[in-house]
Amino acid sequence: MPLDRSHIVKSYEQELGQLRSMMARMGGIVENQVALALSAIADRNEEAADAAARQDPEVDELEREVEALAIRLLALRSPMAGDLREIVAALKITGDLERIGDYAASIARRSLKIRMMEGQISLSGLRSMGRLVQDNLRRSIDAITQQDSHRAMEVWHSDRAVDEYYTALFRELVTYMIEDARNIRTCTELLFIAKNLERIGDHATNIAERVFYAVTGENLPALRPRGGAAATATTEISPTTSSQEPDVR
Amino acid sequence: MMNETDPQVALAVRNLNFYYGQHHALHDISINFPARRVTAMIGPSGCGKSTLLRIFNRMYDLYPGQRATGEVMFDGVNILEDSLDLNILRARVGMVFQKPTPFPMSIYDNIAFGVRLHEKVSKSEMDGRVQDVLTRVALWNEVRDRLKAPAAGLSGGQQQRLCIARSIATRPEVLLLDEPTSALDPISTARIEELLDELKEDFTIAIVTHNMQQAARCADQVAFFYLGGLVEVDSADRIFTNPRQKQTQDYITGRFG
Repeated sequence: MPLDRSHIVKSYEQELGQLRSMMARMGGIVENQVALALSAIADRNEEAADAAARQDPEVDELEREVEALAIRLLALRSPMAGDLREIVAALKITGDLERIGDYAASIARRSLKIRMMEGQISLSGLRSMGRLVQDNLRRSIDAITQQDSHRAMEVWHSDRAVDEYYTALFRELVTYMIEDARNIRTCTELLFIAKNLERIGDHATNIAERVFYAVTGENLPALRPRGGAAATATTEISPTTSSQEPDVR
Repeated sequence: MMNETDPQVALAVRNLNFYYGQHHALHDISINFPARRVTAMIGPSGCGKSTLLRIFNRMYDLYPGQRATGEVMFDGVNILEDSLDLNILRARVGMVFQKPTPFPMSIYDNIAFGVRLHEKVSKSEMDGRVQDVLTRVALWNEVRDRLKAPAAGLSGGQQQRLCIARSIATRPEVLLLDEPTSALDPISTARIEELLDELKEDFTIAIVTHNMQQAARCADQVAFFYLGGLVEVDSADRIFTNPRQKQTQDYITGRFG
């Protein structure tokens, strides 16, 4: 892979093509959901928030369709080598995309709550983190559609920056809360949003790892590159610990 | 029985070339067959995989104009040497073919025939040997009451298991199988595959198969041949999940030609 020859059995090739286009469609919708959710926060855009949440059922439905097709291909085509890796990767990536969609919908719903609140809390940190996560997600989806292991590697390397943003934001928001108890409601919502963004970043990295495996047949190292100090700070004071964190110091 | 240089290698092929008259059928093949492991040989028709199998028991000697150069080391001896005793070689290297080839005699005699050629055994010892090998190929319970009946009366799958029993009755060290299940139904095929799993505790097995899934299921090591050359040999796991060569990948995923 990338497979420049097509399969001798045309219907098999068509089914693989169908799987790829379903993945691309699912990736496109999820990317759009995240963009809408971020716009809901940044531009205080209520319609965008609604639109992000409304797309969730479609993503769930696509996940089921991808799973059904992947299982069908495994059962009926006995795929080997690159085909096998691509289908198994699709089966797992579709789960990552579905989770990203859920997080985007969750961010969108919370954006409606912070809109109703008063406050002079700066959203610039959250916006920057959002842009970075969005960028990673876009690159990981490009990696899927183009079966591009280099692109996947880039995403894998930049997850560390997302984690560092999250740790910095966490500290900033805690400081706001210490300064004035009236900030607590807003800051708690913003913390959840930051955490959701961080999780989207993790799933984008999962996708990158699966694409890398599908394309090259090799696994990326088990430990992701990440800032040791940042990770420690997160686990020490974070209210929610990410299941993705290999660092358990 | 082992090769002198490495006790884990039953057959060591080095720079092997084979010719059908003018036709150069195998090009400079070097490959090890690990002892008590199943090695599957895959590749499109005419790639040389059956030719290689036929070299291991010097079947080609039956045909004029066919010759091999290079080395196939088996128990410290190059089996391509003219001085080799072919009867002994063929007793130590058994072969099973695509179509079951029972002799036109009784089930019992199909097994006893080969044994009598190489050994002098008493009636009771022979009875024991027949029961033992028929049990090993899971045929004993099906035929114990009709050992004197003609082998031709057995089903295809039973006949093939009889042929495997026949070839292991002479207690060979290497078992060669040339598409042993291509004429069998799935149940008979599964029985043979299960049998291979058991037989590899005692024998080194080389199997030629067109069935990729069969190679994946049965083999420890897989060798891919193309146009008389060995393209790639590796563990079955590696070959079917992440082969190193593009040609291998194209072949096993069905993108050839």
